[in-house]
Amino acid sequence: MKKKQVLVACGAGIATSTIVNRAIEDLCTENNIECDIVQIKITEVGSYVDTADLLVTTTIVQNEYPFPVINARAFLTGIGLEEVKKEILEYLKN
Amino acid sequence: MKDVNVDNQEELLKIMAINLFEKGLVKESFIEAVIEREKNSATGLPTNGVSVAIPHTDAEHVNKNAISVAILKEPVKFGVMGERSAETPVQIVFMLAINKKDSHLVLLQKLMGIFQNEEELQFLMSEENRTNIKNRLVNHLQIL
Repeated sequence: MKKKQVLVACGAGIATSTIVNRAIEDLCTENNIECDIVQIKITEVGSYVDTADLLVTTTIVQNEYPFPVINARAFLTGIGLEEVKKEILEYLKN
Repeated sequence: MKDVNVDNQEELLKIMAINLFEKGLVKESFIEAVIEREKNSATGLPTNGVSVAIPHTDAEHVNKNAISVAILKEPVKFGVMGERSAETPVQIVFMLAINKKDSHLVLLQKLMGIFQNEEELQFLMSEENRTNIKNRLVNHLQIL
């Protein structure tokens, strides 16, 4: 199976995406999933429309994309975290 | 900063940012940038306890990694991160000055740990002594 590309984006590409980036790395390791995680600013998503399989973001998404978009706030607050992890895993496994 | 008394979000962000600027931790441009950034991309986070916010902006405006903490007398409305129109009444604000990628991962993870800890948030709200608050945070975040 081709490695999936996961975009992790926040406004500045340095604060919240750093947390989420690590959390998704851990999630993949725990579940033996290999994927290509790219940490970017939300304004850079456009450059990845042809390659990305999933966008996980803490900021508002203005555009429509050809891949699913998941709100990553749960990784910061812990509220609803298990559900979000499950949702991400489903996209990565299928 | 304890018992900060402000009318609105912009006033609060300005006070916090100017404080960081006066200490030489951020460039003057940080002040406008962090206010603008919060308008475009809100950072309010509802938790299981009081709501918090983590205003921050691009690394180019920062001289040195720093966190400024304000505990508010009255809550101030912040937009909820990742939501178009939702707002949350924030009582503790952690303004982050981050000057480079990767150098701050552990610190941020620890900070998120505090957000997930209702007791800790309650302590920050109820403790009167600023030194106690600072020591507790330093201890929790293992900084300095």
